[in-house]
Amino acid sequence: MKNALELFGRYYLLMRIVLVKPDRWRIFWKQFIVDTEKLILSSIPIVAVISVFIGAVIVIQTAYNIENPFIPKMYVGYMARESLVLEFCSTMIALILAGKVGSNISSELGSMRISEQIDAMEMMGINSANYLILPKIVSSVVFNPLLMLMSFMVGLLGGAGIIIFTGVINMGQYTEGLQYAFRSYYIFYSMIKMSAFSFVITSVSSFYGYYATGGSLGVGRSSTKAIVVSSISILVVNLVITQLMLN
Amino acid sequence: MITVKEINKYFGDKQVLKNISINYMPGKCSMIIGASGSGKTVLLKSLVGLLEPDSGEIWYGDTLFSSLDFQGRKNIRKEIGMLFQGGALFDFATVEENVRFPMDFFTEWSREEKRDRVNFCLNRVNLENVNKLYPSELSGGMQKRVGIARAIALNPKYLFCDEPNSGLDPHTSIVIDQLISEITAEYNITTVINSHDMNSVMEIGDHVGFIYKGELVWVGDRNNILTATHKELNEFVFASNMAKKMKEMMGVSG
Ligand SMILES: Nc1ncnc2c1ncn2[C@@H]1O[C@H](COP(=O)(O)OP(=O)(O)O)[C@@H](O)[C@H]1O
Ligand SMILES: [Mg+2]
Repeated sequence: MKNALELFGRYYLLMRIVLVKPDRWRIFWKQFIVDTEKLILSSIPIVAVISVFIGAVIVIQTAYNIENPFIPKMYVGYMARESLVLEFCSTMIALILAGKVGSNISSELGSMRISEQIDAMEMMGINSANYLILPKIVSSVVFNPLLMLMSFMVGLLGGAGIIIFTGVINMGQYTEGLQYAFRSYYIFYSMIKMSAFSFVITSVSSFYGYYATGGSLGVGRSSTKAIVVSSISILVVNLVITQLMLN
Repeated sequence: MITVKEINKYFGDKQVLKNISINYMPGKCSMIIGASGSGKTVLLKSLVGLLEPDSGEIWYGDTLFSSLDFQGRKNIRKEIGMLFQGGALFDFATVEENVRFPMDFFTEWSREEKRDRVNFCLNRVNLENVNKLYPSELSGGMQKRVGIARAIALNPKYLFCDEPNSGLDPHTSIVIDQLISEITAEYNITTVINSHDMNSVMEIGDHVGFIYKGELVWVGDRNNILTATHKELNEFVFASNMAKKMKEMMGVSG
């Protein structure tokens, strides 16, 4: 417990030097573009592939589970939409990103730490934490909600695809379900969640990478910790935001 | 001039630096020598504020560096160049971008001015046609030279080098040593070098401090280090069989 508090204290202190105005905006934007490419754009394929399959699977499962003839088939579309927007496209995708992006960030910063590149920046009088971490956080917090929207679209398309392929229900029923009792607030809720998760992923994995010690073994260890801690934090944050926003 | 007053540093219960006081003068290569684990790196990092001593004072000229916070230190850090043991080149950046890095942060120079300064610094360390290469594409000696070029990018008043020739062959080592020594004299830099290499000491040691288990036990220069009578220093200086033989042959007492 004392350890956890100490860890959180160090995390908080790091965030206090990260979340300040950059020394030079030009350098910030340059880094922002590099990080957006590395963290967001490169995640599009994996997110798309996973979403298309999950969309398809949700449709099949729901269709086969509705045996009661009094439940209209359009519920399949409704269920697919709700599960995608409420949980899958934000929480599940965030957990996947925690693995992919989290390990990327923590191993990159970790190897910069142990090869003294971070010391070299500090020596020049550069706020290395701000320079290296802030663009990652800003980029993810801003753009990952768009990734979530994309995942939602692609997931629905995956559902449509499997309907064309197997004909479990007809397309009219599916699209009717997609529009049934639609609440745009859920999309807003999901995007907010994604922003919060993105902050957790980037800041936590930056924290573990930035303070990595103990050679390349240490970098590996901090990378593992980064993934574990951000995943668990995502689940907790999910609970809190859901309670706050859907209550 | 850098003045170090009675600094102590602990890691847990272990005292790694014991009451060290020393002065470093401009235009001279001052060396910190000692066996591995004796505390050289910790001393060097304490001097530049990468580690905080638990007590004692570090003065740069008449500024008490050790009492300043990160913002306060910035002004002095702009005057410090540092060469790290492994080079510490930014592996995400080309050679040119590495040398330009401090300029991007701390100058208002135009693109051309920066390019000229980059080329000047690379020329000074005898590197040509490497501007667009990445650090991973360079040999160890070249990486060290880029490290020096980056360290002198903003005309530092102070230069710190942690084991500048570790991992280099003897010939390249001498080249790097000479380079540091020339630059030091040329620009009247206060240079502090960590080393456990007696060749370097004899080559460029204008001022030498010997650390033994965290304690500064001997201060002198390359002219009197061979004839010093300090026991641990002698063991360090004449560690190799070759050195011992030569000592016997020359009949140096100690
Ligand atoms: N971050 C640290 N935490 C704990 N002990 C350290 C740390 N850095 C160095 N030490 C210890 O301090 C002593 C001096 O290390 P160092 O200055 O690196 O030696 P060297 O003279 O080889 O450069 C060693 O015993 C080392 O184990
Ligand atoms: Mg060392």
